[in-house]
Amino acid sequence: MFSAGVRERYQQDLRGIEEAGLLKRERLIRSPQGADICVEFPPGAPVKRVINLCSNNYLGLSSHPEVVAAAREGLDARGYGMSSVRFICGTQDIHRQLEERLTGFLGTEDTLLFPSCMDANAGVFEAILGEADVMIADRLVHASIVDGMRLCRAQQDTFKHSDMGHLEEKLQEHQDKRARMVITDGVFSMDGDLAKLDEIVALAERYDAMVFVDDSHATGFIGRTGRGTHEHRGVVGRIDVITTTLGKALGGASGGCVSGRLELVEMCRQRARPYLFSNTVPPVIVAGALKVLDLIGTSTERRDKLEESTRYWRSGLLELGFDLKEGESPIVPVMLYNAKLAQDVARDLFAEGIYVVGFFFPVVAKGLARIRTQLSAAHERHHLDAGLEAFARVGVKHGILGKGRKEIVEAYGA
Amino acid sequence: MDELRTAIRDYVVKEYLEEGDDRVINAETPLISGGIVDSFSMVSLKRFLEKKCQIRIPDEQATPDAFDTVSRIAELVERIRKDTAVAAR
Repeated sequence: MFSAGVRERYQQDLRGIEEAGLLKRERLIRSPQGADICVEFPPGAPVKRVINLCSNNYLGLSSHPEVVAAAREGLDARGYGMSSVRFICGTQDIHRQLEERLTGFLGTEDTLLFPSCMDANAGVFEAILGEADVMIADRLVHASIVDGMRLCRAQQDTFKHSDMGHLEEKLQEHQDKRARMVITDGVFSMDGDLAKLDEIVALAERYDAMVFVDDSHATGFIGRTGRGTHEHRGVVGRIDVITTTLGKALGGASGGCVSGRLELVEMCRQRARPYLFSNTVPPVIVAGALKVLDLIGTSTERRDKLEESTRYWRSGLLELGFDLKEGESPIVPVMLYNAKLAQDVARDLFAEGIYVVGFFFPVVAKGLARIRTQLSAAHERHHLDAGLEAFARVGVKHGILGKGRKEIVEAYGA
Repeated sequence: MDELRTAIRDYVVKEYLEEGDDRVINAETPLISGGIVDSFSMVSLKRFLEKKCQIRIPDEQATPDAFDTVSRIAELVERIRKDTAVAAR
């Protein structure tokens, strides 16, 4: 029963979160996703047009007219929803078509769609690994991977972030297990750095281990033709399991997949719980995703533009004196360390017409709060210049330009 | 620091501190609440303890609180060893 006492306890917990400066508030967006969006914040405030620097709309396709048109055709031709999980009556021919297209794009043997990559990560490990096996994960893998590993009965271990020496020690330690699986993000979502997939694959082949990569922040734009981190590192065809999302660069609606070795994907089809028990990806999304693959399959123009914008943005922020995490991806974290400072800077940037969000515990580790800026192929040079000017003004206001972690923490606390 | 606590401390330093990190870890340094070990990477420490001390730590006892300092970890190990010895008699 939700008694007054129970209610009061939860209210106290929420007050604690707010007092610690960790409360998250949603902003209401009153337009399609894009480089410019219309935002109402706080609720009831006048709607304001701002530049969006925090979406996963990396290729600018979330509101692309051709994607929208294809989705609309899919809606008309195949209906709104399937009201079914895949294996009962939820598989249309277009689902298989999308899976085959993704297999070709990613360079794997087979692909299985899931309602989201979160669901793919929740289901994949339990479906393919058992008690006699071991999962060895990079310590900064995405939260959905941590959750998926916890659902699996295989043994677990971790290695220091991107530390190949430490990974090798772990692979040596676990030679007594039936199977080993090295688990990593392709692009790490909070820091924006790329996994050393070439070195991971070399170690995995030497020590007889499978390799799993969640490439959600890479599919569509990392690598010369946008196939992902494995293309960038020259190891296409040597990754055993790739999970990725349709909810970022590939249209931004929803949906995810497991792609990889034929037998592993088939095991997911037979055993992965989110696949067995959650609704199929709606036909409208499948149709939109097929059009996205058409668009990015015939030209690298969008990913090339994104790469150039990323270089421009990153060098602009560095010249201003912001403390950035090193990296090559369009995720560019501006390090602020203190949670309240991150929120204050985000608030002031919003006042200047720039929409970003402060990231702090538990999304990132305590003491490592940041503003995670993200570039999109939808950004034009004027968006980036306006963003840099705003960051400059706000940086001066808070006295953080030219300052590193030590000075910022001294001024604002950890 | 006794042999068990020293072994735990030395493992934490090797397993969790990056090269160049010169933080001092003593028996009371907060490991989990101090952000040195998180609940995800704690599994490596649990495995080390089980192998080194030849015990099994039930999942419900392997809590962030029980693993927050070298002292508390050693106390947990000693408690499990004692319970195991009693059960064996």
